[in-house]
Amino acid sequence: MTDLTRFHAHEMSRLLRAGEVSSRALTEAHLAVAERQNRALNAWLAIYRAGSLTQADAADARIAEARLAGPAALAALHPLCGIPVGLKDLVSVKGGQATAGSKILQGYVAPFDSTVTARLREAGAVILGKTNMDEFAMGSSTEHSAYGPTANPWDLTRVPGGSSGGSAAVVAAYHAPVSIGTDTGGSIRQPASLCGIVGLKPTYGRVSRFGIVAFASSLDQIGPIARDARDVALLLHAVSGRDERDATSAPMPVPAGLLSLPTGDDEAASYLQGRRLALPSEYFVEGMEPGAAARVREAVAAMEAAGAKVEEVSLPHTHYGLATYYIIAPAECSSNLARYDGVKYGFADRSSGEFIADYLRTRGVGFGPEVKRRIMLGTYALSAGYYDAYYLKAQKVRTLIKADFDAVWAAGFDAICAPTSPTVAFPLGAKMEDPVAMYLSDACTLPVNMAGLPGMSIPAGLSEGLPVGLQIVGAPWSELSMLRLARAYEGITARATWRDLEPAELHLTDDPTTPSPVERRERTAGAPATGSGGQA
Amino acid sequence: MANLTRADVEHVAHLARLGLTEEELARLEGQLNHILDQYAVLTALDTEHIPPTAQTIELANILRDDVVAPSLAVDEALANAPERSGDHFVVPAILGGEGGA
Repeated sequence: MTDLTRFHAHEMSRLLRAGEVSSRALTEAHLAVAERQNRALNAWLAIYRAGSLTQADAADARIAEARLAGPAALAALHPLCGIPVGLKDLVSVKGGQATAGSKILQGYVAPFDSTVTARLREAGAVILGKTNMDEFAMGSSTEHSAYGPTANPWDLTRVPGGSSGGSAAVVAAYHAPVSIGTDTGGSIRQPASLCGIVGLKPTYGRVSRFGIVAFASSLDQIGPIARDARDVALLLHAVSGRDERDATSAPMPVPAGLLSLPTGDDEAASYLQGRRLALPSEYFVEGMEPGAAARVREAVAAMEAAGAKVEEVSLPHTHYGLATYYIIAPAECSSNLARYDGVKYGFADRSSGEFIADYLRTRGVGFGPEVKRRIMLGTYALSAGYYDAYYLKAQKVRTLIKADFDAVWAAGFDAICAPTSPTVAFPLGAKMEDPVAMYLSDACTLPVNMAGLPGMSIPAGLSEGLPVGLQIVGAPWSELSMLRLARAYEGITARATWRDLEPAELHLTDDPTTPSPVERRERTAGAPATGSGGQA
Repeated sequence: MANLTRADVEHVAHLARLGLTEEELARLEGQLNHILDQYAVLTALDTEHIPPTAQTIELANILRDDVVAPSLAVDEALANAPERSGDHFVVPAILGGEGGA
């Protein structure tokens, strides 16, 4: 019997329409593996067995009705009808939890659907559950979750990346074909890279953020994670578009072409003919792992051999990205997280009955260490006497960083190709004692957020047995072109041996004696610190 | 190099309404100074005549008609409140002293 979890969503969609499989069977298959393997991965914070089966039955009814009504009705169904999807646990699903990986939101029940949730329901997708994440999306390893770290299916002693580490791990582990993440400085692309899958951060404004827990509002974007470019395109299509309830969502049309990326590998590869790709030299320095750099250069060389024109370019302000980001993002977070005051919702300590004391304790106990660190940084950067030196300065440097990218588009390039992460997945615990080392994990992704551009990570092979991601950055609103490029790369590497590999330690997650990530952390807690790990 | 003192850290924590333990304050003093040192790289850039960027897409204000639309019912809005009284959130008294607000 075929394992249904190994299909891509676009294949499941075809089988559903042909009546060869039901959404209930697909959903049962994914629930079974998610429930069995989650102990060893800790990638799901909630699995909605009953709710997802109800949604699956509804999808089956919709498909059956459409089949009776004829081919036009069947074609009018969204390809995600009946397809299981995982949601990062900061997406509101009415009646469900939305912890954002934080203790301060433990027990919170969302009173409404996010727009992304509503659009997925409209498409007929099946919401399997909520995935683990760094608290309030602040982190690059998912270790900053109040609910324990997530393990990487390629090596259970390593991180899946973050902050959307749960969403990446469930897709890599075949618990769901697609999932939703959010990306403020790399939180979709970096975990996609570290887990060997595809993740796309859309142009700022492409996807409505109504009903999503906010981190840094000038940077946050929601986006799709999947195991190939076509599935990413389907999910992007389902959730994109202007929403009256999010004033920052842009009135840009959603490209219909997202539903028809080429199926044939040769047809897909032909897109590379004459494409101009920019390779920024600044992205290959500062302690980048040689194996990761080699895979990225090989991927670009393969696209060149298939007809693309590759030129080295300079993005001269890249070096300033980290400092700029770590002023702007904490500043915005310190403002956004002021809402957690223990009055309207969330954890509240009212033990003293004295206003300020309770307020301090509610936030001091409710937030974890990384969130407190960022609130402190942001509050300091915005405080009297420091605003000009830090926040205003950073916003000016942001202008320069954006101008670097603008010059590339003005020169006529179709896309920028770069590494997604300077390293492969690093060991659990390796960077927890050194915040700056952790921040450097996102050095290659965060300039893209500051410029508001779309960026994606696609698998480009392995280094020492662990996945390496190729980052593709496009001009504003060019997601369809980027996905055609990603699909072309899939076409030219369709027969590469690494394409057939499943995550190396996935089989261990079926073994009940395999320790959970929390147990691993407790076992090593007494051990001496191992330094900062693969310094980026 | 950054020289955030222990008193500065305590002041910022109070501004941010974060109740921190002695251990947290001590650890943050070191970590925040280390992070602030990374910011020093920006001082090398002359940005005197560079305008700041606050948002990246050229989106002007989008207005909608001022019409009433459904919103959360009172019970739904209050469902997550740590403490409610009738149709209201209970908030701690902020004007301390006897009899308070």
